[in-house]
Amino acid sequence: MTINLRNLGLFGLVALLIVATGVLQSWNVALTILNYGLISAVMALGVNMQWGYAGLFNVGIMGFVALGGLATVIVAMPPVGEAWSAGGLRVIMALGWGVIVLAAAILLYQRLPRGATRSAAMIAVLLGGFFSFRALLDPAVAAIESVNPAATGYLGGLGLPVLLAWPVGGLLAAGAAWIVGKTALGLRSDYLAIATLGIAEIAIAVMKNEDWLSRGVKNVVAIPRPVPYEIDLQNDPDFVARMTGWGFDPVTASSVVVKLCYAGLFAVVLLVLLWLLESALKSPWGRMMRAIRDNETAAEAMGKDVKRRHLQIFVMGSAICGIAGAMLVTMESQLVPSSYQPLRFTFLIWVMVIVGGSGNNWGAILGGFLVWFLWIQVEPMGQQLVLWITSGMADGSALKDHLIDSAAHMRLLTMGIVLLLVLRFSPRGLIPEK
Amino acid sequence: MIDVLNALVAFLNFVVVPATAYGSQLALGALGVTLIYGILRFSNFAHGDTMAFGTMATILFTWAFQGMGISLGPLPTALLALPFGIAVTGLLLIGTDRLVYRFYRQQKAVPVIFVIASLGVMFVMNALVRFIIGPDDQRFADGERFIISAREFRTLTGLDEGLAIRTTQGLTVVTAVIVVALLFWFLNKTRTGKSMRAFSDNEDLALLSGINPERVVMVTWLLVAALATVAGTLYGLDKSFKPFTYFQLLLPIFAAAIVGGLGSPLGAIAGGFVIAFSEVTVTYAFKKVLGYLLPEALEPDGLVQLLSTDYKFAVSFAILIIVLLFKPTGLFKGKSV
Repeated sequence: MTINLRNLGLFGLVALLIVATGVLQSWNVALTILNYGLISAVMALGVNMQWGYAGLFNVGIMGFVALGGLATVIVAMPPVGEAWSAGGLRVIMALGWGVIVLAAAILLYQRLPRGATRSAAMIAVLLGGFFSFRALLDPAVAAIESVNPAATGYLGGLGLPVLLAWPVGGLLAAGAAWIVGKTALGLRSDYLAIATLGIAEIAIAVMKNEDWLSRGVKNVVAIPRPVPYEIDLQNDPDFVARMTGWGFDPVTASSVVVKLCYAGLFAVVLLVLLWLLESALKSPWGRMMRAIRDNETAAEAMGKDVKRRHLQIFVMGSAICGIAGAMLVTMESQLVPSSYQPLRFTFLIWVMVIVGGSGNNWGAILGGFLVWFLWIQVEPMGQQLVLWITSGMADGSALKDHLIDSAAHMRLLTMGIVLLLVLRFSPRGLIPEK
Repeated sequence: MIDVLNALVAFLNFVVVPATAYGSQLALGALGVTLIYGILRFSNFAHGDTMAFGTMATILFTWAFQGMGISLGPLPTALLALPFGIAVTGLLLIGTDRLVYRFYRQQKAVPVIFVIASLGVMFVMNALVRFIIGPDDQRFADGERFIISAREFRTLTGLDEGLAIRTTQGLTVVTAVIVVALLFWFLNKTRTGKSMRAFSDNEDLALLSGINPERVVMVTWLLVAALATVAGTLYGLDKSFKPFTYFQLLLPIFAAAIVGGLGSPLGAIAGGFVIAFSEVTVTYAFKKVLGYLLPEALEPDGLVQLLSTDYKFAVSFAILIIVLLFKPTGLFKGKSV
């Protein structure tokens, strides 16, 4: 980014908006917006990498984010010993068997000559494999899920430090991205979009239904945190004395301090990623990616393996989304599979990237903060606006009630209009690519 | 022998009938997607929400008619409201085209820009629907509930299993057949339809021979409005209307259009049925059917359900992946841009 007044001003504006929220509403709200803004910025970086560097259209961000969230549970939750002894090994064996079956089918496809024999052999292997897989998996799952279902009923995690979940979340998302990319890249651009839409829905469906893995709709709560708990701070006489000494209410101060800790952690991740991405963009690799994006045919003629590069960048961008997803679940310290909505986790991120400026990492970060701020604040603003519009109407009229009820949907409308306006009148975004 | 008949009836009742109705709805949805793809050359992500909007318009007219005491007797009132719903949706789509898509067409923007614009349109339409009718479930089916109910079928045939066909299911299939016949007649016999196909096959050649592109595009949007509204209303009658479900229909609809071959109307219909039948078959618990067919000793203990119903997306997705891997242009050779 060139440090010019306009860009500085834009970031200054975002800072001002957040500070104003702190002064006018409360510092807790402002810091919550800041933290979610940081996470959104990381997600936007990942999508910007795919779209801005390589022109890949991914509408399955939600799935990669959710997989990152799942990693938090797998890494950080304490293991449920009883469930492990009830069926842990059997589940792992069943999953291993599933992988073997798939590998066998792929091997058959590659080794046998094309024809009816090959198709029949593959179908036989896949069908037999599927039924034996289910026969192995189902009893193990039933055994695990019957272990104290109200409190656990799942395998739990590995009981490792929660910060480790961030890179693991990235790896999990990268794995899913590799599968999608391997099949859909190299085909028409819309196919990738639709395939990612599908993998996202499946990732969510797995998390909602596989209770042995993620407790499904019963949610996993109380995931260990990397920062102190508010209640511990409030019970810590040193902390209370210091905060009262500085003239703060200890209860408010404790939650502000916790949020600041998170903000610090997230900021470190964001800055490291930003530094890596910027260096990558300036390197020969970055130039090659842009060359491929701008003219695939020419790049291919120069001997660049376009499909391979696309797969590489698709996997890396999705991994960044996975890291962001793990950060999100760490901050909320609960995994709620039903909270993953495509409008919020896929299409909102797209608005961030387009508004901020595709192809420019600073733009993606700006978009992340700005759009998140709008997403949060438009709802109360919409409520105010509707109250003002309807103030002249008679109390209790059906139309007035209806309008007030639907004010909550204002944010969708705003996001759609912002996206369309930016795309039309400033297609390169607020901070355009150089 | 009786057991075989019972098994057959159970299979018809729980798999064939629902899948045929669902397949018709998907086929109509996929036809809309495929038409936009053929003429405007982009995948319209707002299609699910267009269906939701069209259904909502139809529901509002239905309620108005019900309020006025107008009804179609045994048929749902929604049928009467359908043309009005289509008209409103058509206006909305042409308005969106004027405001959003036409600009990019004149710019000759790449398809993916259209797709992103359609994301914006999706947000706005989604918000409109939630503003007007709210995000909750709405039921608007009225009239006779069954063409033949399970009990009637049982007394009629003396079998243990019943075969129930709901009015909405029968209606779905009949309406879909009529709509598809009209569409094919329009595309193959009328001047406008022929110019549309010419435009879809080769844009430059069509322009050279004096076809007015704006007119073709307008007619396309009107057809899409009709298809989307009919598909959405039939789905809503058959199941229930909830805006979010319509958004989720996007995946099976796209899968159907791709399986058939994007841009090929015939393929969209075939794709719709392929997806619907696989989805219902894979998520149906075959315990009952097998219980009739197998000797008692072999009778299954479990439900014999291949996948739980919540994984129906996985079915569309798996079929999609298989097609992409082995036959990327679809069953009926579609376009690839």
